[in-house]
Amino acid sequence: MSQRTLPLLIINLGGEMIYILDQRLRAQDDNDDKTQRGRWTDDDRKRVMNDIVATMFNKAFLEELLRPQDLYSHRALRTVLTRLAHASIMRLNQASMDKLYDLMTMAFKYQIVLCPRPKDLLLITFNHTDTIKELVKDNPSLVNQINEAQRQLIEVYTPLSDGDFELIRHTLLVLFQDMQIRVSIFLKEKIQNPNGHFVLQTSGPVPYGFEVPGLIRYFNAKGQEVRRTRFPSGGNYTSALRQGSFDLSGDRVTILGTNMYNTPSSQEMDPSTTSNSTRKQKQADTTPNPLATEELNLLAKLMGGMEVQKILNVDTGFKVNLLALDQEEEGIGISEGTAHESSRVINIQATQDQIASTELARIAGEFDEGGSLTEGPGNKGDDLLAMMDEL
Amino acid sequence: MSKMYHKEKSIQLKSSASALYNNLSVLRIAPRCITYFTVVHANVVNMVSASWDGLNYSHRQLQSKEGNVATSSSLIMQAAWCVLPSRDLLVLTSQKGIQMYESDGSIMVYWHALDTPETPTAKAVFARGIAAVREKYICVGVSSGSVLVFDVPSKGSNITLSEVLEEHKEAITDMASECSGNLECIADLVSADDSGLLCVWKSGEDFQLLNKIPGFDTSCSSVKLWKGTVIAGYGTGQIRLYEGVTGILLAEVNAHARWIYSLDIAPFTGLLISAAEDSWVRVWHLSLTPETNSVEIEHMYNECVTDTQICGARFCDGDGYAFAVTGYDLSEIIRYTQA
Repeated sequence: MSQRTLPLLIINLGGEMIYILDQRLRAQDDNDDKTQRGRWTDDDRKRVMNDIVATMFNKAFLEELLRPQDLYSHRALRTVLTRLAHASIMRLNQASMDKLYDLMTMAFKYQIVLCPRPKDLLLITFNHTDTIKELVKDNPSLVNQINEAQRQLIEVYTPLSDGDFELIRHTLLVLFQDMQIRVSIFLKEKIQNPNGHFVLQTSGPVPYGFEVPGLIRYFNAKGQEVRRTRFPSGGNYTSALRQGSFDLSGDRVTILGTNMYNTPSSQEMDPSTTSNSTRKQKQADTTPNPLATEELNLLAKLMGGMEVQKILNVDTGFKVNLLALDQEEEGIGISEGTAHESSRVINIQATQDQIASTELARIAGEFDEGGSLTEGPGNKGDDLLAMMDEL
Repeated sequence: MSKMYHKEKSIQLKSSASALYNNLSVLRIAPRCITYFTVVHANVVNMVSASWDGLNYSHRQLQSKEGNVATSSSLIMQAAWCVLPSRDLLVLTSQKGIQMYESDGSIMVYWHALDTPETPTAKAVFARGIAAVREKYICVGVSSGSVLVFDVPSKGSNITLSEVLEEHKEAITDMASECSGNLECIADLVSADDSGLLCVWKSGEDFQLLNKIPGFDTSCSSVKLWKGTVIAGYGTGQIRLYEGVTGILLAEVNAHARWIYSLDIAPFTGLLISAAEDSWVRVWHLSLTPETNSVEIEHMYNECVTDTQICGARFCDGDGYAFAVTGYDLSEIIRYTQA
């Protein structure tokens, strides 16, 4: 349908992926798990984040995304996101990548479904870019790159009408149709039902530009209001909040798209992740979510020993992580929705995919072996590996 | 006080409903005591026929037609029955074109391909908005804003494109023909687009534009025409009533807290149903006083379909005795009947 969907899809999904990976790599810092092959330092985490962000906001990559085109299938999308995840020294095995993909798609689906006005999709995207900028703020050239990308998004998307945005939303909703994977944070926060459907509140502020339901106005031939009556709306709606900013920076107002994995120093926090209490709160608008850490602890177990492999050693394949099979024992599983495994892959464009995913994956792949922007290929990786061996 | 409607047994669908405007169409076949329902799921239309005694259900799925084998599959934007005096046709509008079937979906009688550019342009291409007008026209909207008028013979497949109406500049969202059955009504058709512009037409060998009612930069997602009154549902959750020929605004309702997806009228009683992404289905009663050219819209009933983004709501009969609802990701048609 809409030819302008892909950039929003990749940036938002990529954003969710970055949130998850960043949080997980921070937790690795003080994780006592003895099965760890090596420990991830804060520098490692920053490096991984920088590399992934650099790839995602690379000029050529973005240009390819912004070209008017149909949406990718799940398979092609998966390929691109896997490449992104592997843009640095970190490797995930198949099972971990599966779970990561499930988590980030359900998170984005939630944001799309709850998006109050179609145009707010852009605000959600900006929440992601704002947060990513914050994550890599020590790297000014990367921040510039993200700003440049944001400027392009503003240029392309601001002229679009509400109808155009709603078509983008329809296109995304077709892609995510029937995905009912139950995510334990969502279930616990009561934003998702046990049947996998998201909770839609019938209360709260109406979207910007909307009126609170309940009023009927009558007009005469001159256009003057002559009478008004009221009706019970059944819900508990309040007036709209102010409009979010569509500029390079500003208050986006909506919290959709902010980092829900950012844990605060809260009493309900899981004791196994006390490391997070020393971190400063990054986003003022984020609703703190300590329960996210339970989900991510599982993810950590699934990611298992984060295998640090040399950058140039591209073809080592994925380490089979036996811990992935323990998810049931954990009790906090990311459980699959019933019978939707096969229907999740929507092969809308079999032929086009091969070309598109090749092109995009090729561009993304160029950074796989190139290393980060600021360092020479392989240098840091070697040092890190050497460090690990000494432990 | 008892509720006006109560929930009935749902009808199961083979696949869930997609988030599209007006994603439910109903055809009541009295002589056979069955009702047909269609719901769009991506590139497939799910058709269910339900016997009135509730005992028999049969399913059929129709696929969108590909332009040619090599290209990608085509997503369907809308499916609706067109009731003409001599025949009923099921019309499917997709990214590639317009398909018309015999009413039971058994045979495709006509295919019209849209002009799709070789390389994708920024503007999406698709057909959307379907209405049967008077005795022999089926009108279909296009994303460019054009309205295609097809001339339909009383039987057979010799359907021809008779006219292309070019008044809209934005993608057509919905179209509706006068449904009161009153032949004295001047306006026959209303078309709506993504900018909220409404065009009111008189049908004929050459369709005549009676009025252009400007929008206010909000998409009009669903529109109805009853006794010369245009009833339009907007992305802002508002419903507006206009006098069709003059374009005078009669009433405005702050009806929903999210985008409206579907409107329907029960022509014999003037019951109006509106449904939106906010999970609410609301039933209203319209009464028109032609002498004073005024309208009264009275709120009758609310139904909250919990946690559902409603995408289709239709009355199942001309009196509004029963209505049916579809929602995004839901694989059922939920039905309600008057208590």
